[in-house]
Order: sequence, then C-alpha cells, then structure tokens
Amino acid sequence: MIPELGHYALVLALFVALVQSGVPLVGAATGNAAWMGVARPAAIAQLLLVLVAYGALTWAHVVSDFSVSNVVANSHSLKPMLYKVSGVWGNHEGSMMLWVVMLTAFGAAVALFGRNLPPTLKARVIAVQGMIGVGFLLFILVTSNPFIRVIPAPLDGNDLNPLLQDPGLAFHPPFLYAGYVGFSMAFSFAVAALIEGRVDPAWARWVRPWTLAAWSTLTAGIALGSWWAYYELGWGGWWYWDPVENASFMPWLAGTALLHSAIVVEKRDALKTWTILLAILTFSLSLMGTFLVRSGILTSVHAFAVDPARGVFILVLLGIATGGSLLLYSLRAPTLKAGGLFAPISREGSLVLNNLLLSTATATVFIGTLYPLFLDVLNLGKVSVGPPFFNATFIPVAIPMIIAMVVGPFLAWKRADLTGALTRLWSAAVATTVCVAIAAYITNGGGPLLALVGVALAAWAFFGSLAEFAERIRLFRVPLKDSWNRAVNLPRSAWGMTIAHAFMGIAIAGMTGTSAWQSEVIEAMKPGQTATVAGYSISFDSIGVRQGPNFTADEGVFTVTKDGKHIATLTPERRSYPVTRMTTTEAAIHTTWLSDVYVALGDPTQNGTAWIVRLYHHPLVPWIWIGAMGMMAGGLVSLTDRRFRIGVPERRRTPKPAMQPAE
Amino acid sequence: MTRKKRRLYMLGLALLGLGTATALTLTAFEDNIVFFFSPTQLQTQDVGDRNFRLGGLVEEGSVKKLPDGVTTEFRVTDTVNTVAVTYRGQLPDLFREGQGVVTEGRMAGGVFQAREVLAKHDENYMPPEVADALKEAEHFKATTQPLKTETVKKE
Repeated sequence: MIPELGHYALVLALFVALVQSGVPLVGAATGNAAWMGVARPAAIAQLLLVLVAYGALTWAHVVSDFSVSNVVANSHSLKPMLYKVSGVWGNHEGSMMLWVVMLTAFGAAVALFGRNLPPTLKARVIAVQGMIGVGFLLFILVTSNPFIRVIPAPLDGNDLNPLLQDPGLAFHPPFLYAGYVGFSMAFSFAVAALIEGRVDPAWARWVRPWTLAAWSTLTAGIALGSWWAYYELGWGGWWYWDPVENASFMPWLAGTALLHSAIVVEKRDALKTWTILLAILTFSLSLMGTFLVRSGILTSVHAFAVDPARGVFILVLLGIATGGSLLLYSLRAPTLKAGGLFAPISREGSLVLNNLLLSTATATVFIGTLYPLFLDVLNLGKVSVGPPFFNATFIPVAIPMIIAMVVGPFLAWKRADLTGALTRLWSAAVATTVCVAIAAYITNGGGPLLALVGVALAAWAFFGSLAEFAERIRLFRVPLKDSWNRAVNLPRSAWGMTIAHAFMGIAIAGMTGTSAWQSEVIEAMKPGQTATVAGYSISFDSIGVRQGPNFTADEGVFTVTKDGKHIATLTPERRSYPVTRMTTTEAAIHTTWLSDVYVALGDPTQNGTAWIVRLYHHPLVPWIWIGAMGMMAGGLVSLTDRRFRIGVPERRRTPKPAMQPAE
Repeated sequence: MTRKKRRLYMLGLALLGLGTATALTLTAFEDNIVFFFSPTQLQTQDVGDRNFRLGGLVEEGSVKKLPDGVTTEFRVTDTVNTVAVTYRGQLPDLFREGQGVVTEGRMAGGVFQAREVLAKHDENYMPPEVADALKEAEHFKATTQPLKTETVKKE
C-alpha cells in the first residue's frame, strides 16, 4: 500500500510541477498577481509530494519490502541499516528520486525565503524550476519508476553492490546531487533574468548564495568520491580522469568560474551577458554529467543498468534545457545593457582571466571526455583518453590560474598597479622559495621537476592568500589589537575567500606529494614475512576469518614499525559477499596527517599459503581531502555573509514600485 | 579606455586562450590516445610498441599464477582469436574466467604485457567495447563458418 501511495504522490507532484511551470509565467507576463502567487504554494506542495514519495521508497527499503522490484534488486534483509537507507539512492531509480527531492527543495527554498525578490522575478524563477521538475518527474515515471511491484515477491533481495556499502560512498551522492541540482538555481535565475530582460547587481547578489551553496556541496561530493576511490578500490589512487569523474569535475570548473564572474556583476555591474551564459552552461554540464553517468554509455560503478530509453530521454531533456535556454540567450542577451568599464590590469581583469582559464580548462576536459564517445558514435574506432592527455592539457592551464589567483585579490577595482601588487607579495614569494628549497632538500632531487613546480604553486597559493589577509587587517603595521578588530569586522566573504584559496594550496600540495613521491610494493607474502616500503617495515603477522553482517572477510594483521619503533597495527580485509558473489578490498591505512601507510590484502596465491599484498607510502595524500574540505568550508563561511542572507538583498533603484497582491 | 578597446583586449585574450587550448589538445591527442582492439582486430593491426587496450573474455582455464606469486598469465578471447596476456600485480576484485575484461599495455614478443587490468564494478555488467567486439566476432564466425553449429552462447 505504501509504495502505491508514493507512486501516487509522485504523479501528483508531476501535475503540480506542470501548473508551477505555466501559471506563474503567464501571471508575470500579464502582471496578474494572483497567478504569480500560485508559484509559492505550488513549489511547497511539490516538495511535500516528492518527500512523501521518497519517504515511501525509503520505508520500502528499511522494512525490506521485497514485493517492490527496486528493493529486490538492491537490498537484502541482512544488509546493515545505514546501507538500507543509503541504498535508496545507491541505484538508478532511487538516485533520480534523490535528484528531484533536491530540485524541489531548492525551488521551495526560493518560495519560502525569497521574500524580497521582486514578484515577477520570483514567479519566473520558480516557474523555470518547475519546468526542470516536470522533465525529471516524467523521466522517473516513464523510464525509471521505483515503485514497480514483483508478484510473487521473492524471499530475499539481491543485495546492494558491495562496493557501494561504504560510509564514504553512502554520503557521496547526496552531496554531489546537491551540487549538481544547486546549479539549477543559477540556471533558473539566468533564464528568468533573460525573460525579464534585466540583470543588475541585485540579481547577482541573489544568484551568488545559491551558486556558493551548490559549489560547496559539489566540492564535498567530489572529494568524498575521490576519497572512496582511494581507500576502497585498493589501488591507492585518488583521481583517474575517468569520464565519470570528469562528468562531475566539469560543472565544478564552470561553477567556479560562475562564482567569480558573479562577483564582477555584483560589484561592478559588468560581465553580465557572460555570467548569464556561464550559469546556463554550468547547469547544462550538470545535466550532461547526469546523462553520461546514468545512460550507461560509460563503464563504471554508476552505470547500474543499460537501458537505451533512459539515455535518450536524458539526452532529449539536455537538448531542450540547453538548446532552449541558449536560444533565449541569443534573442535576449544583446538587449542587456553593458555595465562598468575597467582596465585589463584590475580586479575585474583578473577575474576575467580566471574565467578564461577556467573555461579553457573545462573545454579541454570536455573534449577529452567526449571525443571517444563521438568516435564511437561515428563508428571510427574505439579509443580511450587517459590521464596522460588530461595531465598534458589541464596542468598547463592550471599553472597560470593558480599564479593569478594569488595576485588578483591584491588588485584594485577598475584600474590597478601590478608592480605594486607584486611588491606586496614579497613575503609570499620568500615563503614559496623556502618551501621549494625544503622539498628539494628532503627528496634529494628525486621525482620529476614538475613536482617542485607543484610545491611552488601550493606554497604560493597558501602563503599568498594569507599575505592578502594580512594586508587587509594591516597585520604588523597597526597594533595587533587593531588588526584583530579589523579581522573580526571583515566581511565573511573575505574570510571565505582566504580560507578557500589557502586550502586550495593545501590540496595542491597533497596532489603533488602523492603523485610525485609515492612508493609502491607488490609482493606475495606469507604470514611471518616482512616487507619494507619508504623506510617503514611492515610485517604480516597472521590472517584470520571475520564474520560480518552480510559478508565474511579474510582479515590480515600487519604490524608497521619504523627504526624498530612500533607505529601501528593494521588489519586490511578482503570481504566476500555471498549474495552478489563479489569480493571487495578494504584497505587499512595509518595516517600521520603528513603521509599514509596503506596496506591492501589481495588474492591468496601459491596454493593458499601466501597472499598478494600491496603496500604503499603516500606522502601528503591526506592534504588533498583536508584541502577540499577547507575549500568547502570557505564557501560556507562566505555564504554566511550578511548581504547574502536569503531575502536580504533589495534592489536599490526600483524603477517602478512593485505590485502588491491585494490581500 | 573605450568600450571598443576593452572588447578587443578581451577578444584577443579569449582567442589566445582558445588557441593555447587547441594546440595543447592536439599535441596531447597525438601522443595520448589509446586505441581499443579485440583479439580479432589485432590480427590485422600493426600496433608496433604502442600502448593500446585489449578486450574480450578471459578464456576458461587459462588463468595461471607464475611462481613469483604476483604475476598472472591468462588469455583473452573474442571466441575467434585469442591473445596471451601477462600482468604483474593484483587483479581487480571482479576478474574471473569467462568474464569480460579490458586490459591496457603493449605487445612484446607476441605476448600482451598488461600494465593495467581495468576493474569492472558489477558482475552483470559487460564493458560496451567487449560486448561489441564479441558481437562482431560472432558475426565473423557466422559468415565464414556457416556449417559449424553454434558454439557461442548468446546473451
């Protein structure tokens, strides 16, 4: 009964979404306040209905209702409760449900908190959000209905892919989706602004918090996915330039550009048409990511099932959303009034450079990701484009980006003095040189030259950002107490920028360290044997069997020592899940926060007397995720800035008093 | 600065960026594209010592561990032709005889030395390249050996 209720709620949500995408739009065009007023209750009703549907699906998973085919395919009665709940989105249908939950939540948030938005803009934004909702609700109901029953009901389910039964991956999709879908807000605002024919600083101030929120959660989502790949796949890698990773990385790059160009619109009323275009492209890339991942044309853990109808449906959705909005853009963008002027060397100029480089980077990732698909579609052979391609194209673009990232905040708006900015960066330059010297000394010239470039960039980003902050609070130039007061009174967005930029430096250090100086040993080890990696000796003490809730595991016990001192005892596992007949590798990691010692237990070999063991030493690797979390924190701090409080910004020059509904 | 001049600067910068990106992409493509071949396609292909991907099914009964304990020998088949493969390292969790596999590496003395064996994450899932290669091989078989009864199990 409850699944049917969920199904019914979902159908109702579709009808509400249809109303929501039409009526307010007509109301805004004709100035009919009552029709515009439909937007708010519709958006809220849609959220509630989708929540009912999602709740019904979750209930079916939690109580293991095996008469629902989605539960049979992805759950098992013995599965731990955490994965029963997270398993709801650990499959195609459920993950699309999560997508619409996020989408409607964002729509309802505008409806509830966007009190100070001009009524026409608000009505239009919610209507566009409703259109996206129509598309995805139709998609679920037509191609991916999670509420289909199986009769007769089987006694037990097929269990969730064991690779997904992991805390890191349990929370990866919600963050990632919040990011993807969050960009739909920027998209809706952009389309609404195009319909209105007006973009001004107030508009940018409304768009920025949504973009910030989306960017922050997307950062967290990507970082969680990368962390999962690092410890769960047992190879110790953190990024493979896999198309699935690129699918989430492209919206991140474009979203980063959007975040920065919106600043120029807000502060200087310039770059308006470009920002609108970026908002459209960022969400289009999110949709494309969904298409790549969900259509099954890529081989990955995300391609749950190959059903051509789904791929075609998402492709059509992508075509309508991108094509339609770009058409509107080409019609309306030329009528938008251009704003403030600026010299190339200025804060605006640096943000333009940031945007150019980020777009270039996005384009190279885009080409590398889609080129093999195009060749395949045109039947020109099968190729793959791997990490060497992306390293060769992405890194040369990233280097000037990081250098400019530090200099930009030192430049004044409108017109700036580059030499002046550079002289104020001397302390950062000294710190960078010292870091490179230390790195060269420690590694004794080992590793590629590019590694030292990476260290330099990391240090430059970190110390340069701190130097900028010191400059703002006039550290050491006024008494410390005054500096403290200045720091406390700085806008939160300034804090946010410093935090995000500095942690970006930390992340770069982590990426560089592990890529350039990792050590790897693969050996067949018998209990009692010892192997050495990067100065750590790791002895294989024993192996035993452990019984988990829905798996059995071979559990190895390894002792890590360095110079005779006991460091840690590690227990990597090799789990086998009888229901899915799959084995997974649970690596054991000892971290010192400066480096990781990583042990993964492989197959038994030599008639079961020995095991293949992978041992790694990854210098600085934890910094990648510390850096990513710091960047996310920077975004969130910036989000708490007073002027972004949802609903706070008001248009300064309202041309006409807005119509009030007669109540 | 006039609006026109600013636009010119921006356009120049944008073109520079685009040019750099194109140049980078083209040079990187030349060196770094990895082709995919099935064992049958490999018969007619001169690969030299280029890096490429080989895919098909792991032949039943072909997987052998060498005495060093970490090197594995197996054969990849598309049901018409087979290629011997060696790989040093830990195989992915879902590597199994009779299952689809994609490996990356190069030929050395008639043996494919895999640098990487790509993991499949779901046992019901067949990499699309492998599925196509098998279909093609099946077609090849059907047209060249029409009298032989079916030996390939259809999906």
